[in-house]
Parts: sequence; structure tokens; C-alpha cells
Amino acid sequence: MSVPETVLEVRDLKVHFPVMAGALVRKQVGSVKAVDGVSFDVQRGETLGLVGESGCGKSTTGLAILRMIDITSGEVKFEGEDISAYDRSRMRPIRRRMQMVYQDPFGSLNPRMKVSEIVGEPLEVHGLASNRAAYDTRVASLLDMVGLLPDMADRYPHEFSGGQRQRIGIARALALEPSLIICDEPVSALDVSIQAQVVNLFQELQERLGLTYIFIAHDLAVVRHISHRIAVMYLGRIVEIAPRGELYAKPLHPYTQALLAAIPIPDPEVEATRPQQIIIGEVPSAMRPPPGCRFHTRCPRVMDVCKSVDPPMRDMGGGRAVACHLYEA
Amino acid sequence: MSLLSVRNLSTEFRTERGVVKAVDDVSFDLAAGETLAIVGESGSGKSVTAMSILRLIPNPPGRISAGEVVFDGRNLLEMSDAEIRAIRGNRIAMIFQEPMSSLNPSLTVGLQIAEPINLHRRTPWAAAMDKAAELLARVRLPDAKSRVKAYPHQFSGGMRQRAMIAMALACQPQLIIADEPTTALDVTVQAQILALLKEVTRAANSALILITHDLGVVARYADRVCVMYGGRIVEAGPAREIYARPRHPYTIGLMASVPRLDQEAGSRLVPIEGSPPNLANLPPGCAFAPRCRRAADICRQRPMLVRSTPDHLSACHFHAQLSAHVGT
Repeated sequence: MSVPETVLEVRDLKVHFPVMAGALVRKQVGSVKAVDGVSFDVQRGETLGLVGESGCGKSTTGLAILRMIDITSGEVKFEGEDISAYDRSRMRPIRRRMQMVYQDPFGSLNPRMKVSEIVGEPLEVHGLASNRAAYDTRVASLLDMVGLLPDMADRYPHEFSGGQRQRIGIARALALEPSLIICDEPVSALDVSIQAQVVNLFQELQERLGLTYIFIAHDLAVVRHISHRIAVMYLGRIVEIAPRGELYAKPLHPYTQALLAAIPIPDPEVEATRPQQIIIGEVPSAMRPPPGCRFHTRCPRVMDVCKSVDPPMRDMGGGRAVACHLYEA
Repeated sequence: MSLLSVRNLSTEFRTERGVVKAVDDVSFDLAAGETLAIVGESGSGKSVTAMSILRLIPNPPGRISAGEVVFDGRNLLEMSDAEIRAIRGNRIAMIFQEPMSSLNPSLTVGLQIAEPINLHRRTPWAAAMDKAAELLARVRLPDAKSRVKAYPHQFSGGMRQRAMIAMALACQPQLIIADEPTTALDVTVQAQILALLKEVTRAANSALILITHDLGVVARYADRVCVMYGGRIVEAGPAREIYARPRHPYTIGLMASVPRLDQEAGSRLVPIEGSPPNLANLPPGCAFAPRCRRAADICRQRPMLVRSTPDHLSACHFHAQLSAHVGT
């Protein structure tokens, strides 16, 4: 299989959460459009970065793909199979091939379980270890794969540092040999000097095992470093998608430009000469997104059309697409 | 003549596992109008240093065990409680990381900003409230006039931090200490708040101590930098100098381990191996030695913070050799 193979196809994905009110009779008074029409593909062996500020829907998109929350509408195709309407039992074999690594290495590991149980539990759930010896061997090799020592298997999560706990979470995710791993802010809770260790581990594992990643984070510098392509999200939509080099060299969407400009570069000489263009305001509520282009309330280049017409995603060639009226032919 | 001079400051905490030195022999100076960044990871002692300056260390379990903090000619550590209270929020103001937990949820924002003006300046409440509205406008809170009567929960995270800055500015302090003021905020809001903080401190010629873990924030806003590790300052100097010619292996390691937007993507980062130290169990000598590629026998002796060049300090036995290496 030398042709790039599409691991995941997401088409017009929507996840709306109902907002209820009323003391005696609860009724729906609105909805939070957490994800509101998101489409993208992910190729085998690729890392797609999902980046955006809080409330942009990046984490919800990840959870919806794994079907850990209900999809309102749209299509999620995993390895050619449309899983958007699958129920729990039909999702079970799919989940073997799709795993998740969470942000909080403290909250996501059961403190009462030994590392060997945490890492090996998926093997047991899916009946993949025939006997104790096979189980132990597999756990040892998983720990080795993430750079932990075999004798750590008998310890409990509290005995580990944040970086080591994240390695345990990764080992657990790898246990079932998944093809896709969704990483939700996997390094944001770690100290700066530890982040690089974990980022490198993700990259090494991808090369060794041919893994496909969706890497969700708010830190554009980290996302750009690890991802081959990046989708920038704002209020439930993808506003721009581009290969990592192009995204920084020539960001098209004003929001991407603002996001890049907001992130300081760790070099005072560079910072002294960088234009400081800071956009105003904060992300509006996802319950009442602005009409037209959702970014128009904060956009430095807003035009009349932006206030009423929602810009469609436009293919710009070279793997780039942008949803902005500035780029209409 | 410096505005603030911290000399050999040590702060310790009594814990189940013995006495932990969170800040160990820290010294630095700050001139009027200057922005100093204190950079470090969790447990480096950067926040405890900031809290110690204003004597905000809970005692017990904490205790400032040694040193002096000379502010405008007087040692804050020798002042009476009444005297230090007259300094806090008046001549030295503090901005915390989590604006929601530092604002009183049951008082209006305006009242909380007016309080220090009423307290320290003896301004009548009505006039203090007018001043609060003025300050909210100065930190560019939209609809400042009507928002004076709002409660903190009616504000977004960015608005709350603007209110905190307004409160800090209320008595025109000579020094503002901001402890990770934007860590809880979104990227674009973070840029707004930091730019605002820099702008208002510059306009008032206030000095600013910015506590952060973000090397990018330091590069954009700081004049000078102290890098902390394991409760100690390991390197200090002008920001440009530190970034161009770092003279401590920890600083060098940190810079190599963060991805930069302006660099070729896809290359491997060079991480610092191991984890930040446990303060209850620091290695003898240099706290960074167990993670340091250059560590040698001599590193079992504690390196002093020495002048590598007239304005650049490093606490590494090999600081002279390091300077020759960087830049190649």
C-alpha cells in the first residue's frame, strides 16, 4: 500500500448540546453548537493538529470521532467504515483501533491500580492476553516502548512524575495496537522541560509504528512542531487548514494571523522587530455565535458581507483551504 | 539606587518530610520602571519568592528564614504588620494567576477596586467609586461605567484579569508583582493582557516583576531575567544577553527544548532528561547536576552565583566554558 490511505474522513460534523431551563417543566431553550460543520481527512502516518482557543470545539471534535459523545449530524468514516451511527457494541471493535491520550496525567490514571493493570487492562477487556505470562511480557514491552523500566509495572501512579504518568497513558493507548491516536492537550499540563521529552516520544512512536495522530492543543508552537497539517478552529468551525510550513509562512485567515501574532517567540531580538498586532475582544459564547462569519466581531479586516454571510470553506490548492470572504474569487 | 533589593532571601516550609527550602539564598535588584521576569518550572521557587517579598507566606507552615527585602530604603521583613499592610496594594501591588479566586465573588468589581483607594488614600467612597470607573476604562474594559456595579461572575476571564490590573493600579504603586497573570487565559487574550500590563506600568513608571514559565513571554516583555531552578537563581542578566549567550546548562536546555514558531518544523527537540527536582530531596551541590550533560565531580559542591560578565550572573562551575560554546 504505497498510496496514501485515508484513515479518517470527517464530513460536516455537528455536535450540539441542548441547553435546558425551567424549574418545574424543563425545556430546551437553546443549544451550544460546540462543533458546527467540521470536515477534514487524516491520512495514514500523518499528524493532523487541531488548534484553537477554549470553546472552539477542538476537544469535542476528538470525543465525537471516538463516539464518546453523541454526534448531532454529519459523518465520521474510520478506515472506510461509516461509524457515525454505531451503537456501543458496534463501536467496541472500532475502539481497539482508535485510542485517546488525555491532558491530565493525574486525573486520567486510576490511583488504585498498579501500572501493570492500567497498561494491561485494555488487553484484558478485549481478551488479547491468553495467559499471565503473555500479559506480563506485553506490558513489559509496552513500558519499554514509552521509555519506562519494566520494574515500574508494580508501582502506583502517585509514585510517578507528570511526564512519566503521561508515558503510562501513552503505553495504555498503545496496548491494543491502534492505528489512530487522538491526543487531547497531551503536554499542556507538563513542565516546559518535560514537554519536549513527550513530544519526541510521540514522534518516535509514529515513525516506529506508523501511527496516525490527531493532536489537539492550544499551543500553536507545539502543534506546528508535531503536526504535518494544521486545522485552526474558531467557535465550532475550521477556519483554515494548511500544511505546517505554509501556515506559519503565509497564514491566510485573519484569525490564524492573529493567533500566530499573539504567540511570542522566545528570542528578544526577534520580538523587538515583530509587528505587534493584537486583536481585540474575546471568543463569543458558542450558544449565540455571531451571524455571518463567526470571527467578524473581532476581525481587523471585517467587511460588510462578513456580518451576514457565512463564508464557505474554499480550496486554495496545495492542501490549503480557508473560510474567509477575503479570498473569494 | 534600586527600588527593590532582595538579599539572600530564604523561605522554608515545614512538611511531613522535614523542612523544605522553597527559596534558597535568592538575591536580585530591581530599578524603577524596569520589568524583571522570574522564570522557572513548577517548584522552582518563583512564586514563593514573589509571595515572600510581600510577606504573604502562610505561617505556619511557611517561614521566611533569612535575608532582607529592601524596598525604597526600608526592609519589608522588619516592618510591623500594620506597616506592611500599608505597603500592600498601595506601593506594591500583586496580580495573581487565577483572577476568579482572587476577587471576592460577593462584592461588586467597582467596590473591590475602590477599596484600596479608600483605605490607603482616605478617599471618600463616592469619589473612590468614580476613580474605580476611571481605572476600568483605563484597562479598556468595555462599558467600564456600567460594569463598576457588576460582580466578578458576570465577567469573562480576560475581563476579570483587566479588573485585577485596575485594582493593582488603584494607588499608583511603584512595583507590581504579577504571578503567571495570563496562564489561565486564551492565547489572544493573554497577548492583550500582557500588552496592557506593560503599557500601564510603563505609563506610570512602575517596576514590574513578571513570574512566568513561558520563555516567549519573557522575550517579549522583560528587560531582565532571573532563571530559577530548585529554589535558587541559576542565571540572571539582561534578557537579550541571556537569550543570546545563556551561561547555565539549564537555561541552554530550556531554550533547546521549546519549539519556536519561526523555526523549521519537524526537527527533533532536544529535551532535558529527567524531571525537575523534589525540593524535599535536593541533590547536594548543584540541583541541576543529575540532569546535566556536563555534570562532573565538582558539581557536588554548590556553585555560587558569580559574575560571568559585568551584568550576567551564572551559578555553574563551567560558566566560562559555556559562554564559548553557545552561538556555534
